[in-house]
Amino acid sequence: MKKGNTIFFKNRPCILSHAAVCGSKEKEGVLGKYADVTLQDDMYGESTYEKAECKMLSAAISLAIKKSGLGEDKIDVLLSGDLLNQIISASFAARDFKFPFLGLYSACSTMSESILLGAALVNAGYVNTAVCATGSHFASAERQYRYPLELGCTRPPQAQWTVTGAGGLVLGRAQKGIKVVNGTMGAVCDFGVTDVNNMGAAMAPAAAQTIISHFNDTETSPEDYDLILTGDLGALGSRILKDLTWEKGYDISSRHVDCGEIVYKVIESEFQGGSGAGCSATVLNSYILTKMNAGLYKRVLFAATGALLSTVSSGQGESIPCISHAVQLEV
Amino acid sequence: MTGRTRENLNTNYLNYVKTQDPPTKHLKNCAAAFGVGGLICCIGQFIRYMLQYAGLTGDELAGSTSVILIFLGCLLTGLGVYDRIGRYAGAGSIVPITGFANSVTSPAIEFKTEGWIYGMAAKMFTVAGAIIVFGVFSGVLVGLIYLFV
Repeated sequence: MKKGNTIFFKNRPCILSHAAVCGSKEKEGVLGKYADVTLQDDMYGESTYEKAECKMLSAAISLAIKKSGLGEDKIDVLLSGDLLNQIISASFAARDFKFPFLGLYSACSTMSESILLGAALVNAGYVNTAVCATGSHFASAERQYRYPLELGCTRPPQAQWTVTGAGGLVLGRAQKGIKVVNGTMGAVCDFGVTDVNNMGAAMAPAAAQTIISHFNDTETSPEDYDLILTGDLGALGSRILKDLTWEKGYDISSRHVDCGEIVYKVIESEFQGGSGAGCSATVLNSYILTKMNAGLYKRVLFAATGALLSTVSSGQGESIPCISHAVQLEV
Repeated sequence: MTGRTRENLNTNYLNYVKTQDPPTKHLKNCAAAFGVGGLICCIGQFIRYMLQYAGLTGDELAGSTSVILIFLGCLLTGLGVYDRIGRYAGAGSIVPITGFANSVTSPAIEFKTEGWIYGMAAKMFTVAGAIIVFGVFSGVLVGLIYLFV
C-alpha cells in the first residue's frame, strides 16, 4: 500500500542481523563498544585506501550474514552502494559473494535507500532475504572530493569528517525482531547552497521535507517516536533541521539525534561531526539496532540524508541537490 | 514553483544559514599565520647565516637556502607533520617555499597508488600547477613593468 510518498509494508520484513566495522578514530567514540570489528590501522592490511574500504564493506556483509545464521546460499540479493566514483567499493566487494548484486547510489543516504528497497522486495515476496550494506573511508573520500591527505590546508568550521566504517544488515521474514514498518521515499531538494564545505545546511531541507511527508502520510507526530535519527547533518545541519520542522508545526527537538553528531566528540566552533555513507551505516548497525534489540528504543524513524554532488558539478558552480529517504523501524 | 519564487526562497534560506553559521575566526587565524609564517622565515634566515658563515655568497647562497627549505618541507610532508602545521597555521605555512614543496609532495604521495607515471608523476602538479601558472604570469607582468619603467 502506498500513501503520498510512503510505502507501507504489510508483511513487516524483519532485520535478522546486523554488523558494523569501524576505523581507529571512530573506535574512540560511542561506536567502539558496539561495532563488531574495529580497525587498528585504517589501511586494514591492504595496499590502498580504496581496497581497505572495499574490504570493510565485504567484512560487514559477511559478518551480518554469519550472525543471521543463514548460509550464503540462502541470501537472495545484495543491495549496496558507496561514495566512490562508479561505486567501486560495493561492486568490488560483491565479487566476494555468489548471490546477485544491485548497485545503488544515493550518497550518504544509501543505507536508508537500501533498507527501503530491500524491505519492498522482501515484503512483496520476490525475495526471501536481502542484504543491505554501505560504507565509506575518510582517506578515499578526501582524495576524491577534496585535497591530498598530506596537504597543509585549513578546514573551515562548517566542515565534517568522513567516517571510516561500513555497516550491513540482513532483511528477511521472522516473527520476532526489529521490523521495517514503512518507508518514505524522498524527493530531490535543492535550496541553492553551493558551499561544498557546508553539507549540513545543504542537506537539512531534504531531511525536513522527507520527515514531514512521513508524518503526514503515516498520520503520526514526533511524539510517537522514541528516536528520529538523521544521517550526517552534523551540529549545524541538525539545528537547521529542527528550525525547519518547527516552522511547519513539528517540534522534533526532544526526539532528534544525528549520527554525525554522536560518532565523534563535536566542538561546534571547529567542526560539525561525522559524514559519509559509513556514518549512518555504522551508527545504525552497531549502537542503534543493538539498543533496539535490548528494548531501549521501540520505534525509530531513520532518515539518512545524501548530497548528490560531484567534483565536476561543484567546480562548475552548481548548487547541491540533496535527498533523504526514511524508514520506520519497530520492535 | 516558478523560477522567481524559487530564487526568493533560496535567498531567504541562504541568509538564514548565514545567521546560523559558526563564524571563521579571522583574528586567531591571522595571528597563527603570522607566528608560524614568521618562524619559518626565521629558520630560513638562520640557514642563510649559517651558509654565509660557511663561505657561500650571492646566487649560490640564495639557491642553497631555498633547496634546504624545500627539502625540509618535503621531509615534513612525508613524515605526516606538515598537514598538521598547515591545519593550524593556514596561510602561514602555505605562502613560504616550504608550502610549495608540500603542495607538490602531497599529491605525489597520494597518487603513487595509481602508478609511477600516470599517478605520481602526472598528478604531482594538480595543486601546484595553479601556483606555477600564476607565478610565471605575474613574473612576466612584473618583468614587463620593470622593462618600461
